[in-house]
Amino acid sequence: MMQEIQMMTTKRTWSAKWQDFVFAVRQVDRTQIGIAIGLTPLAIFMLLPLFYIFNHAFKPLHELFLFPPTFVVREPTIQNFSELLALTESTVVPVARYIFNSIVVTFLATLGMVIFGAMCAYPLAKHKFPGSKIVFGLVLTSLLFATEAIAIPRFVVVQSLGIMNTYWGHVLPMIAMPVGVFLLKQFMDQVPNELIEAAKIDGAPEFFIFLRIVIPIVSPAMATITILAFQSAWGNAETSTLFMQDDAMKTLPFYMGTLTSNLANSVARQGAAAAGALIMFIPSLLVFLVSQRKVITTMAHSGIK
Amino acid sequence: MSTRTPILSDHPSPAPAGLGETKSKLSQKLRYLLSEIWKFRLSYLFILPFLVLFVIFILIPVVAGVLLSFTYFNAIEFPTWKGWMNYQNLFSQDIVFLQHVLPNSFKFALFVGPIGYIFAFVLAWLIAQLPSTLRTWYALAMYAPSLSAGVAMTVVWTVMFTGDRSGYINSFLLKWGLIDKPLYFLIDKDYLLNIMIVISIWSSMGIGFLAILAGILNVDKQLYEAGRIDGISSRLQEVWYITIPMMKPQMLFAAIMSIVHTLKSGGLGSTLTGSNPTPNYAGQLMIDHIGDFGFIRFELGYASAISIVLLIMCFLLSKLFWKLFGPKEDE
Repeated sequence: MMQEIQMMTTKRTWSAKWQDFVFAVRQVDRTQIGIAIGLTPLAIFMLLPLFYIFNHAFKPLHELFLFPPTFVVREPTIQNFSELLALTESTVVPVARYIFNSIVVTFLATLGMVIFGAMCAYPLAKHKFPGSKIVFGLVLTSLLFATEAIAIPRFVVVQSLGIMNTYWGHVLPMIAMPVGVFLLKQFMDQVPNELIEAAKIDGAPEFFIFLRIVIPIVSPAMATITILAFQSAWGNAETSTLFMQDDAMKTLPFYMGTLTSNLANSVARQGAAAAGALIMFIPSLLVFLVSQRKVITTMAHSGIK
Repeated sequence: MSTRTPILSDHPSPAPAGLGETKSKLSQKLRYLLSEIWKFRLSYLFILPFLVLFVIFILIPVVAGVLLSFTYFNAIEFPTWKGWMNYQNLFSQDIVFLQHVLPNSFKFALFVGPIGYIFAFVLAWLIAQLPSTLRTWYALAMYAPSLSAGVAMTVVWTVMFTGDRSGYINSFLLKWGLIDKPLYFLIDKDYLLNIMIVISIWSSMGIGFLAILAGILNVDKQLYEAGRIDGISSRLQEVWYITIPMMKPQMLFAAIMSIVHTLKSGGLGSTLTGSNPTPNYAGQLMIDHIGDFGFIRFELGYASAISIVLLIMCFLLSKLFWKLFGPKEDE
């Protein structure tokens, strides 16, 4: 009898515990499911224009101007892409040249922004050298200055440096972007000073500390900066418009701009423009997909306290 | 070597009495500063590459922009000094600026800035509650529009909002019987600014949003448990007392990025309608106004003055955010 009761109670507590666990799991799941369901329409709304551009780029001509308009392509073709290529064959510069320029410029500018940005951010965050506050203040203030507003003086500067119509004219002004320095500095602030001090006591040279201690800790921020740098370089039409007079030195975004500039009035090149927009979008998406995983997972486990 | 020795000598020749005390104090200070600079020579080496480019391509042009704002400059003749004339004209004579650009900019900035910012935070917080596999996909969905920002998306929006029945939005509204005849979205002044706001918020979940998301995920989970023991009862309190204070650096960054995004999407009206000035000045913002005077009328001095006003406005805003989220002295 006693044994039975004891068994009952242990059983009951076990089952109660189990029920508690199930309840907790359900509770968590329910809010999460609720959030997921609530966010889904928003996610669809956000993705709709992108979904549209994917479909639009593959539509044959008679579907582009169909009434009523359709979202989903019925007979996908690559006609628009060949039209985009054909459009540039008739002009002096083939589209392949624009794409090549874009790749070179984007690669160099991204590399420069990430490396120089990190190098500049480290002393700003961790060394209180004379003038550090002034430098950071300048970086912060310039963050807000739209480059459109200083286009004319910039043009004069680039011209007098003699780097018009060179890749330097694209890359160097882009590297001077203060956003990367700012973000990296903000993250490097969170690197524990004790870690750096300990390394210094062990006799580690400054460059070793930077490369082997600080950079790995802020690697999520580095990934974020890579996305940002790539995106701004890949989509940048400003340096082409202002600093390049030679058409062979201009980049893809500039060419896209010429394609879409009169779109509101003419419908002739809509297909080619959609194809071009897709070509512009895909690399950004790929870079993001590669770095995003790193950003979110490393952020969750980076453990900077 | 022999010529340098007297200059760098550690024992300067004794100065006459009276002046000597202040002079030695000054030289002591100077020597201390120089030794500090020498001590941190490696730090300067680290910042040098970026700083050189920064000075050449941003600092010098900005200073030149400020100077130009006090001149009349048409890009051909040498600028002539006009003093405060440009600023006076801007605030007393420029009817377009006062009646259209300023109210438009205010409305646009209010919606895209603070409301977009709060929206980004709420969204990031909700996504952070999800299990990690789902989280990645939702984050991607929200972030993807900002990847497409720039000239490329013009093709989407112009076709979406085309003013006849072949436009997607018009077509759907007609089909559902919500309207009788197509709306001229991109020409009508009642619609243009609102459409610009929607598009800007759509593409605003960019790097600031990612920073917020990362910041929320980075908050130590133990803090929430500790908070519960200390009497925090609701999720809202958790957000207010734990999450936000713990992620101030990211909040500040996101705020600055939101200001920058608001600024950058300024030219949207001209891109959408394909004309600057926009029809009836309905979508005219500061950036369009600068472009109008700078690159169409070539009154570069006046355009510079407008951009300086814009800079000052943004500077004051960022000061406000810095006060809210910036590092405090006692921390």
